[in-house]
Amino acid sequence: MKRKNACESYSLGIESTADDFGVGISTFDGEILANIISVYMPEQGGIHPREAARHHAEAANKVFEEAFLKSGIKPQNLSFIAFSQGPGLGPCLRTGATVARALASYLDVPLVGVNHCIAHIEIGKLKTGARDPVTLYVSGGNTIVSAFDSGRYRVFGETLDIALGNCLDVFAREAGLRQKVGMPFGAVVEKLATKGDKLIPLPYTVKGMDTSFSGLLTAAANLLKKGEHKVADLCYSLQETAFSMVTEVTERALAHTEKKEVLLTGGVAANERLQSMIRAVAEEHDAEFCVVPSEFAVDNGAMIAWTGVLAHTYGVVTPIEKSFVKLRWRLEEVEVPWVT
Amino acid sequence: MKPPLLIKKGAEASLYFAEWHGRKVVMKRRLPKNYRPSMLDEQIRTYRTNHEPQLMHEAKKAGVPTPTIFLVEMGDATIIMGFIEGKQVKKLLGEVSKSERERLCVEIGELVGRLHGYGIVHGDLTTSNMILGVDGKIFFVDFGLGEKTKELEARGVDLQLMKRALKSTHFLFAEECFDAVISGYAKVLGVITAKSVSDKIREIERRGRYVAERRRES
Repeated sequence: MKRKNACESYSLGIESTADDFGVGISTFDGEILANIISVYMPEQGGIHPREAARHHAEAANKVFEEAFLKSGIKPQNLSFIAFSQGPGLGPCLRTGATVARALASYLDVPLVGVNHCIAHIEIGKLKTGARDPVTLYVSGGNTIVSAFDSGRYRVFGETLDIALGNCLDVFAREAGLRQKVGMPFGAVVEKLATKGDKLIPLPYTVKGMDTSFSGLLTAAANLLKKGEHKVADLCYSLQETAFSMVTEVTERALAHTEKKEVLLTGGVAANERLQSMIRAVAEEHDAEFCVVPSEFAVDNGAMIAWTGVLAHTYGVVTPIEKSFVKLRWRLEEVEVPWVT
Repeated sequence: MKPPLLIKKGAEASLYFAEWHGRKVVMKRRLPKNYRPSMLDEQIRTYRTNHEPQLMHEAKKAGVPTPTIFLVEMGDATIIMGFIEGKQVKKLLGEVSKSERERLCVEIGELVGRLHGYGIVHGDLTTSNMILGVDGKIFFVDFGLGEKTKELEARGVDLQLMKRALKSTHFLFAEECFDAVISGYAKVLGVITAKSVSDKIREIERRGRYVAERRRES
């Protein structure tokens, strides 16, 4: 993977799958020189894809400017442009892809389409030193238990309906909680949950290595409307139940694959309660517990830049005519020749 | 009595090999999980320890070989059951010939068909939960996530999970294996039921996130 004059090669990654617009710059050795993120935060309700895309288009200029400034890299120094090609929300992905194509053709450098889910795993491995982990990737859009086997990251378990992060977000909105920059809904729920101590029975749904959160969310939201419980207790119970579910399936994957590392990645990885649960099962199976640092837990451009480096080193380039976005690009569809 | 020997530290239970009144047995113990609240932990362990032996017994009535239950100890969430001499289907599938693999998968399909026909879904149909005994019979184990139901949805989820497990563990021949499973399933429950379950599986898959077949619509 290492090049002769590695320090002279740089990659820029663009992330725009959902509510974050991010630009990251990485060296070919995996040193992250910049990682700038602008978050779209709706006044009310969830992510409106078109509004989020509008935000990305408006924020792009400033995010790029900051990234170049922070890294001290000039656009002319870039070896290629990596972008998040999917999975994600159409309008958001298209905005990022358009910027990527424009930049690549202007600079006359190759384009590298990156799978967003794989990028979350790769940045986790880069930042924690994990080599061959069972990965629990939990965010607002995804809940996946994955591990590498024979050329690809295989999906061992995933959510059958909504993502864990989505479940927490919607509950928080239903409860009338407010999020702000630096304090997303997940963090608000986490903080409130520390004030709860009464475990209210909620549906616990594990099917093999898969999980389901929609019934849990409905039950929690219904209890909320009844108003018989403290919101803190509901936050606590929701977290304990949902986290126990993903921890159980992670443990199943760990027992099944007998791997020696567990990696926690994605936006919800920033939750300390979830960290403590996953750490506990890792320890029980003599596996090392690794968690991605929080600035790389959320959707970010650095993970795209770095995964682009890995792919590009193995000759992966995406011709512009094939750079259409892939809204439902599953992670096990991607060959990962850089992992052995 | 010799001290129990740990065979497998599974995710939710530890399996020990032991001798018990002159018999070779497996002790399945669901140890407390410290990561989850004790109330939730106890609820899950008690429910599954109580539920699993019942389903294993029902499965026998359906004509699906399962280990004999000798003792259920609710206090420490332990089940003592007969030890099955044989080999895990998970390890077997990659070692045998194509035709033998097909024969095994058809038989597995028949067994799943019998379970479903009797109103049981297994809940964790992976090849690690199937043992080919020395007597040539395939035993199903680990009914901890099973349910008594005849619902089409539950049957579909049961088999879709198996399909996914085949894909992640036996990706080289997952498709031929699953086709064989479905043909065995159809032998027992009839082509019409098998077709409706297959359709259900497809529907469940399409519900999933980032499904290839849904791409054209997006």
